[in-house]
Amino acid sequence: MAGAIDLKDIFFVEAEELLSALEEGLRAIQTGAQEADTVNAVFRAVHSIKGGAGAFDLKPLVNFAHRFETVLDALRGGQLQPEPALLGALLHSSDHLADMINASRNGTETDPELDQRVIVALEAQAGMGGHKEEEAFVFEPLALDGPFGMDLSALPLTSLLRKVTLTFRPHSGAFASGHDPAFLLRDLCGTDEVEVELDQSALPVPGGFDPGQSYLGWTVTLQTERSDREILAIFDFIEGNCDLTLEAEAETPPDPDGPLPETSLAPSAPVVVAAAPVAAPPKPVAPPKSPDAPAAASPQPASSAPSASTGPRPTIRVDIDRVDRLVDILGELVIHQAMLTEAIEQSPGFGSVEVDRSLDQLRQLSRQIQESVMAIRAQPVKPLFDRMHRIVREASMAAGKSARLVTEGESTEVDKTIIERLADPLTHMIRNSVDHGLEKPARRDEIGKPTEGVVKLSAAHRSGRIVITVQDDGAGIDRDKVRQIAIEKGLVPPNAELSPQEIDALLFLPGFSTATEVSALSGRGVGMDVVRSEIAGLGGRVGIASVRGQGTTLTISLPLTLAVLDGMVFEAAGQTLVLPVSTIIETLRPDIMMRHTLGRTDSVLDVRGRCLPLIDVGAALGFRRTLKPGEGEIVVVVERGDDGAIALMVDGIRDQRQVVIKGLEANYGQIPGIAAATVLGDGSVALIVDPSDLAAIGPNPSRPNVFLAAE
Amino acid sequence: MRSSGFATDPDIRELVAFRTAGQDFCIDILSVREIRGWSRPALLPHAPSYVQGVINLRGAVVPILDLARRLGLEPIEDKDRNVIIVAAIQNRTVGLLVEAVTDILGVPASGIQPTPDLASEATRSMLRGVVVQDSRLIRLLDVAQLLPPADDAAA
Amino acid sequence: MSLRILAIDDSLTMREMLRQTLTEAGFDVVLAEDGIDGLTQLPDVAPDLILTDLNMPNMDGFGLIEAVRAGDVAPRVPILVLTTESAATLKERARQAGATGWITKPFDEHSLVSTIRRVAAV
Repeated sequence: MAGAIDLKDIFFVEAEELLSALEEGLRAIQTGAQEADTVNAVFRAVHSIKGGAGAFDLKPLVNFAHRFETVLDALRGGQLQPEPALLGALLHSSDHLADMINASRNGTETDPELDQRVIVALEAQAGMGGHKEEEAFVFEPLALDGPFGMDLSALPLTSLLRKVTLTFRPHSGAFASGHDPAFLLRDLCGTDEVEVELDQSALPVPGGFDPGQSYLGWTVTLQTERSDREILAIFDFIEGNCDLTLEAEAETPPDPDGPLPETSLAPSAPVVVAAAPVAAPPKPVAPPKSPDAPAAASPQPASSAPSASTGPRPTIRVDIDRVDRLVDILGELVIHQAMLTEAIEQSPGFGSVEVDRSLDQLRQLSRQIQESVMAIRAQPVKPLFDRMHRIVREASMAAGKSARLVTEGESTEVDKTIIERLADPLTHMIRNSVDHGLEKPARRDEIGKPTEGVVKLSAAHRSGRIVITVQDDGAGIDRDKVRQIAIEKGLVPPNAELSPQEIDALLFLPGFSTATEVSALSGRGVGMDVVRSEIAGLGGRVGIASVRGQGTTLTISLPLTLAVLDGMVFEAAGQTLVLPVSTIIETLRPDIMMRHTLGRTDSVLDVRGRCLPLIDVGAALGFRRTLKPGEGEIVVVVERGDDGAIALMVDGIRDQRQVVIKGLEANYGQIPGIAAATVLGDGSVALIVDPSDLAAIGPNPSRPNVFLAAE
Repeated sequence: MRSSGFATDPDIRELVAFRTAGQDFCIDILSVREIRGWSRPALLPHAPSYVQGVINLRGAVVPILDLARRLGLEPIEDKDRNVIIVAAIQNRTVGLLVEAVTDILGVPASGIQPTPDLASEATRSMLRGVVVQDSRLIRLLDVAQLLPPADDAAA
Repeated sequence: MSLRILAIDDSLTMREMLRQTLTEAGFDVVLAEDGIDGLTQLPDVAPDLILTDLNMPNMDGFGLIEAVRAGDVAPRVPILVLTTESAATLKERARQAGATGWITKPFDEHSLVSTIRRVAAV
């Protein structure tokens, strides 16, 4: 027995998928997709949201979706053309629908006036203006459709039995449509006193009987309190597939206080409310079906039965907690495998080929399990990228610019947690590109660029990492201005000699903002420094490159997973530490001639003519004083993204292995120079060094942000 | 850890009593996760002096504080013979290094007296009160105060 | 023996709702995601009644109804269409395709069961 899954949760999950299908479809139409399928899918997305919202009585959402759907229906029917202005309004409505769903997931509602403004703007664009609030769509409860949900309290209490006579003769088409006269007669009779007369005069002679044909008719006389409407409602499904007449004594007037007009229908006068097809039937009931269905109503061909192989591959939905549990167990497995290896290597039996081979196999299997589990958590970046279209739309609107987002590599898969935590920094980067990167349309026109700027967002896997770039075709970084501002703000001394790369890097300093006027969107006190620290929190790096007049490119490089990394285990000042292998360029034993001192404490290492900053890891982390020249044993050259390489002095290298990443934030806080921790084979903790952070610490680091995690 | 004998009376608070730097302390049993022996922690860079480092506690990385040093008393010397009280403090798990756990006390609310004025301000701020038991003065720690205040750390 | 219902809707929310509501009401429920899926399952399920959404990808409700009526697995099974529309044209189209009746969304257990009872023995 499956438990009652919370339907509302399912609805919100589904709504999210529908919203992205909606937006994607609208964008496809925007770029010229003409297929009816695209428009249908867009319509269906809104339609399904409306259906679900109705089920949970989310009235504003239902109303909005209904009016939205009406416009889409006109687009689907060809009454509307997908002109840019209409598409803009549709996209805006789609954004607002997303907001409404979000709000209702959080148990709140969006501003009703805003709801109204957005949808009216759409209707106006569609030439459907004049839709008033009072006409807003109201769900017709089923009760009105059938007799069983009738509001009985509306009936007069003083019972007045009337005599109603009905003749009923189903057509053969009724059987073909799944009707069974027995159920109709059962409902017709109800609990009333009835007389039923069977008309079997049409029965054929024996031998000519066709079970698909209709030969019988009934005349039913009721003594009933039910109204004509109630009685006829029983036949609404079979309407058009039967002959039906009703003769009745007048009903009790609906207003019992009102005078009963003498001229009203006399009790004896039969009222024909429905007639056989020969007579033109009066309004309220059953226009007979015309044999020729209108062309518009012709349904899709049913013959296109697909082969099983063309369908989408079957998938299952799994609670993310279960996957996370698997990742945790896997982490334990990796640790214990390391412990086992260590124990065996120190035991007398070590060296046996069988043991060696088994250990090797175990290692490979564990890596395979790991890759498989990570693949479960991996998701394409597409939904994340899809959300950025909206950001570009809103940012360009707010900044008075014209911009288009182009995406690439959307199918690139990344760990789910990374995707979730990328949303904020990516949003900020995109806004930044529109706000500060792109020029205003007039300016672009002046310099011969198309007025519409392009922001290109792309993702790709590159040597075990994922690289995401945000590239704009704007003005590029005005380095003189950046330098000027940095000096004004005291971020660099006025006489500082800065390379172009160093100037670009200033943008990542806390509090830096080049916008001379604070824009509506970027002016939230969030600078690129926050982007950088958020990316760093994911074990990633941000780089910036810019060509004057041609644009700026921001590059994020991230690990594929947050759970495991390939690490080099090393010793420094008696501590066991780990460096991510992905950052290591080379390992070398320098001789004393390669080392030079700069100033009082700083050292550089000459590696084949390249001077790299030399950092003693043990000292940088505060475990000891800086070693004197000649004391350093081994140097590991690591890269720090666009900041160039640095040389790290360590005491010894132990080995290279996979390590499970354990966060320090939960119980402690962030530590400068340290990315995370891991548990080694002997059960002890080793810290994972973040080389790009290490160089920035210097000999007297500011006080670390300990114990801040919970605040 | 919890001894069921005490918990019946809601008015009785169960406290884990321990010694460090020659003084008696206690904390509410509800914040204690486990008590374990010393294991050598990995040093944390640039940490306050009372932070001994971090250890692996069944897969979680947990910082260890030398309680005596945190309270401004003589730091613990012979660590191998001492114990770590693993406590949950404000959603975080922290190990408190102390000399020895001495007792589990059942104390009625009325048995907890306000901290005497004699205590220094620094010590007072970390105490909730004192309990006198068998002529011993046992200091009830306010565990939340053991972690430095956020704005201090941020400065 | 309880009534066996094949319920077809492309919305996951709707399917889950139908499954819960109909199961609670004591029916035997088999779910399908669209017309093609429903049609594929039809011979195995041999339902006493089909509930179907109209607007679905791959094969919509109209297509499904026509295919069921034209096929030889269960050409006379009662088919109720689930629709958020109360628009007469859609009902009429469904009726022309061979639908037995309709249920307007949103529905509750009572309205669902009472409508099913109108066209099938419960």
